[in-house]
Amino acid sequence: MTAVSFLEGGLDANRALPGDGLDWLKKRRDKGAEKFGALGLPTPKLESWKYTRLRPLDDNTYTPVLDGAGDASVKDLPSVGDVAGRLVFVNGKLREDLSDVSDLPEGVRFGPLDEILKDDPAWAEAHLGVVAQDADQAMLALNDAMMDSGFVLHVQKGVVLRKPVEVVMVGGMTDQPVAYFPRNLIVIEPNAQATLVKHHVGRGVGAYFANAATEIDVADGAIFKNYKVQAESMQATHVSTTHARVGRDATFESFNLSIGGLLSRSEAWITLAGEGAHCGFNGAYMMRGNEHCDNTSYIDMAVPNTTCKQVYKGVLDDAARAVFQGKIHVARDAQKADGRMLNKTLLLSNEAEIDTKPELEIYADDVQCAHGATTGQLDQTALFYLRSRGIPEALARNMLVQSFLGDALDEITDAHVREVFMDRVVHWLPAHCYLAGEWKESA
Amino acid sequence: MSATAETVEQVKSISGEKYKYGFVTDIAADKAPKGLSEDIVRFISAKKREPEWLLEWRLKAYRRWLEMPEPQWSKVQFPPIDYQQYHYYSAPKSDDDRPKSLDEVDPELLATYEKLGIPIKEQEVLAGVAVDYVFDSVSVATTFKKKLEEVGVIFCPISEALERCPDLVRKYLGTVVPVADNKHACLNSAVFTDGSFVYIPPGVKCPMELSTYFRINEMNTGQFERTLIVADKGSYVSYLEGCTAPMRDENQLHAAVVELVALDDAEIKYSTVQNWYPGDEDGKGGIYNFVTKRGACRGRNSKISWTQVETGSAITWKYPSCILQGDNSVGEFYSIAITNNAQQADTGTKMIHLGKNTTSRIISKGISAGKSDQTYRGLVKISPKAEGARNYTQCDSLLIGDKCGAHTVPYIESKNKNAIVEHEATTSTISEDQLFYLRQRGIPEEAAVALVVNGFCREVLQQLPMEFAVEAQKLVGISLEGSVG
Amino acid sequence: MLEIKDLHATVQGKEILKGVNLIIEPGEVHAIMGPNGSGKSTLSYVLAGRDGYEVTGGRIIYEGEDLTELDPEERAAKGIFLAFQYPVEIPGVPNSTFLNEAVNAVRRYRGEDELDKIQFVKMLRAKTKELNMSDEMLKRAVNVGFSGGEKKRNEVLQMAVLEPKLSILDETDSGLDIDALKIVSDGVNALRAPDRSSLVITHYQRLLDYIVPDKVHVLARGRIQKTGGKELALELEKNGYADYAGEEAA
Ligand SMILES: Nc1ncnc2c1ncn2[C@@H]1O[C@H](COP(=O)(O)OP(=O)(O)OP(=O)(O)O)[C@@H](O)[C@H]1O
Ligand SMILES: [Mg+2]
Repeated sequence: MTAVSFLEGGLDANRALPGDGLDWLKKRRDKGAEKFGALGLPTPKLESWKYTRLRPLDDNTYTPVLDGAGDASVKDLPSVGDVAGRLVFVNGKLREDLSDVSDLPEGVRFGPLDEILKDDPAWAEAHLGVVAQDADQAMLALNDAMMDSGFVLHVQKGVVLRKPVEVVMVGGMTDQPVAYFPRNLIVIEPNAQATLVKHHVGRGVGAYFANAATEIDVADGAIFKNYKVQAESMQATHVSTTHARVGRDATFESFNLSIGGLLSRSEAWITLAGEGAHCGFNGAYMMRGNEHCDNTSYIDMAVPNTTCKQVYKGVLDDAARAVFQGKIHVARDAQKADGRMLNKTLLLSNEAEIDTKPELEIYADDVQCAHGATTGQLDQTALFYLRSRGIPEALARNMLVQSFLGDALDEITDAHVREVFMDRVVHWLPAHCYLAGEWKESA
Repeated sequence: MSATAETVEQVKSISGEKYKYGFVTDIAADKAPKGLSEDIVRFISAKKREPEWLLEWRLKAYRRWLEMPEPQWSKVQFPPIDYQQYHYYSAPKSDDDRPKSLDEVDPELLATYEKLGIPIKEQEVLAGVAVDYVFDSVSVATTFKKKLEEVGVIFCPISEALERCPDLVRKYLGTVVPVADNKHACLNSAVFTDGSFVYIPPGVKCPMELSTYFRINEMNTGQFERTLIVADKGSYVSYLEGCTAPMRDENQLHAAVVELVALDDAEIKYSTVQNWYPGDEDGKGGIYNFVTKRGACRGRNSKISWTQVETGSAITWKYPSCILQGDNSVGEFYSIAITNNAQQADTGTKMIHLGKNTTSRIISKGISAGKSDQTYRGLVKISPKAEGARNYTQCDSLLIGDKCGAHTVPYIESKNKNAIVEHEATTSTISEDQLFYLRQRGIPEEAAVALVVNGFCREVLQQLPMEFAVEAQKLVGISLEGSVG
Repeated sequence: MLEIKDLHATVQGKEILKGVNLIIEPGEVHAIMGPNGSGKSTLSYVLAGRDGYEVTGGRIIYEGEDLTELDPEERAAKGIFLAFQYPVEIPGVPNSTFLNEAVNAVRRYRGEDELDKIQFVKMLRAKTKELNMSDEMLKRAVNVGFSGGEKKRNEVLQMAVLEPKLSILDETDSGLDIDALKIVSDGVNALRAPDRSSLVITHYQRLLDYIVPDKVHVLARGRIQKTGGKELALELEKNGYADYAGEEAA
């Protein structure tokens, strides 16, 4: 099959997959394979992929990970600290030695996908593929066919998870390029609350391709916060497709901090399905070298009285390129919708490129919707002002970049996570003078 | 000599070539047979006694057109066009076919003229009534013509320009909108029948708006107009296309092309008021307005400014654009688009920044009412060489009623760090507070809506030449009739 | 001039006015005072015919005619003017254009000739001067970017231009400095005539020093709780609305 030339063994590599023996899952996989076969890899001919080409998949052949690929020793994994549970995957394989889910509160299930498929196949059947139903997404179809890892977070009715749960996905450190296909399933039942932090990191050298799919069901009255740091290696290809459904009076908050990856594409489809639903869908991207980062989202305000706010800010250096495609759709009769979208990008180099397309599609009249986008360089007046007060140029630049991105990070409502993320931002900045605090003390 | 007789004369003069067309037509016929083929293209070119190069150009366009797909990316929807059902050449109507007096004209059309305060004589022209007296305005036009000739401005039908200054036409035609730019423009290149040509010599500031003249004399340019305006170094021209009253027209498909070229320090201001027939409440019978308009700021410090008020047509598909090639050149796009009933519009602009310190400004105001659907589609592209380029875009939509749609699709592509692009857009409805406030002061609801909408559009209305601003303002009210309550 | 009989009105299903009775004779000025949220603005909106303010009982008789079924613009044409507590901004519409439209709409309605531009501008200039407003404010869009005080003055200017028979002023004095207060009051007093009446809603007795009312009403919990002369205002200033709080008195 030519459509999967990038995968060693194509779509039916002979290996054990989670949920083997489950009929319904087999059907789903077959259907996914068939659909992917028909659609093929997305190309810029598709409007939603206009600015992103999965070039690394032309250049490499990836091997779906086999046993052993996850055994490398990894140290110093990122963490937000005090968490309720933690799962670590290396090249898609769960590392029990690094994970800890022993202390989860009553009513919370948090574990690897294959475990849930084994322990509670009926529940998995009832939830997997319910929220993620798009017919045209090739990358989702590919994940359907190949899902080989990933996790489940299930919080029962009314249960409030006070501490975040954390997932670390590590890629790299293999002799040949590997591919893995995490499938994550998140179900937050009515009036429950949870916070999830996902770290994606690359280690060592070597190309890898992660094609994740995540399904999120935030039921009526529930609150779910979904934070992601994408710090993949300079050879990594990271594709993630998220589908979320937000119920009545429920809140879904998401922040995607992209600080690394040769090519990354995060695509989200969010449906505000119940009145009073709110979605805060935000992110920041910092790219350098040849990195390419694509954030694409579609927020469907399907019923009356929903709100959404989207703030994405980014900084691009060297020959990096970023793409922002955001669409807010207000359905016919979804009156009183309030939708806001903002995308701002700083270009730090003349080879950098930003392509942005903030879109509104509106079919109801009693709405308040707005979007804005800017591209440009650092505010030269502000830079001059800081320098005239004696601040070295490099530091002044960093301060301005930090404050620029800060506006986006301010959208993170979890104060602790915000701090940790800000720290990541600061450490991305050119090294010679990155800590304003240090400078203050030394000056 | 009547227009028909003139055409007959022309065609007679290319005697002996008739057989080539592969169809039999009475030489006196003022219409080509229905359908489109190479022969039809040859026929049109021959009727117009065009030079060989232009025929070749048309044929090349026709062949490309055959292969080109229909544009699929816009949001407008309509059944596939049967290109073979149209006449591609039709000389001006003979007096026998026209309404004899205003009594024979659709009263609704007349009611609109009435509201706009169009003088009776002009109403007759607009409605296509056969009139044989000489207008005051025609003699006025002649005076204008003299004045223009004095300063060396060439302003004439493009077919006339091909005789008067073929080299100028040849030098610029198709250089801004290439033959195969898109399917509609390509069709126009193959079969355009007429349109205007304007040339402003170096250093000349055109002494008048090229609008009044146009309004009276250039009504029957047909469904495939082609306009070419060249502003030579340091010159200025303001051109107004269209008409503030709805034009009676039997042609459903309009695929016009407008090309503007501004050389060093030149400025072109192009204003359009488009109020073609929108069709009945379901859009039946309305015009398909598929227009390609593009200006090239070729010279340093040149400027092209598009202003459009779009209220007519069943379907509007147009993106007046600027290619900002010369350093410091400026592109502007000011637009009001109003759709009501079943109208569909997909309109916007492209600003392509190539030169240093080029600036562009986009102000778009969209109003959707009834069951209509409207999209703003814009592209701002900053090339790596466009140091210091700047763009500002403000794009607001207003929805009136819960059956319409308003969409905003901006593309921003920047490859230069010293460039600044700012884009803002809002979508909202007329607030109930505003309406009540105005009504409390005694202003009836429809007038209150028109007032708020005019306020909403003000920034753009201000860009129109004075005499048209007033009519355009009235048009806003008329276009929205029946959209409230 | 105006007779309100047992008026009940609801907003979004909530009953705000619960039986208001009020009679204003030609030439009279009445003041309404009352605690926040008691329904004063609601009463003014109901009189002006705002959508969403539903009359569920009682009647409003204005010059012998029941108003309840009339549109806001018809009431305006009949001479009812409401100075809004929160004047509305209308971007892009110049103040003078708006006033011109309003004046002519009302004149058309009454079967009078429209004023031509010159007549109108002359009249407008004169009024503007009287109210110590700058011409520049006429060019600006209606209330857009106006300060609180400027908005209120603009309301009074509109009133002066439209010369209503019944003026309802909803807290037009709030946010005004002393000079402006005087100007506003002069504007109201200038309209005083045997065939014109006013209904002044205020929280401050001081306004009533300038616009001396014939009667003062206390509106609380959706009803007129007490009516008196201007001394009632002084009393309220001293004692507040404590007497009118609590459950239905009787
Ligand atoms: N649109 C609305 N929806 C719901 N409640 C409303 C609405 N408008 C007014 N109300 C309520 O009606 C009551 C009366 O409001 P109103 O504005 O008439 O008070 P007021 O006497 O003018 O107060 P103030 O002195 O503060 O101006 C308040 O409780 C208010 O919250
Ligand atoms: Mg009030």
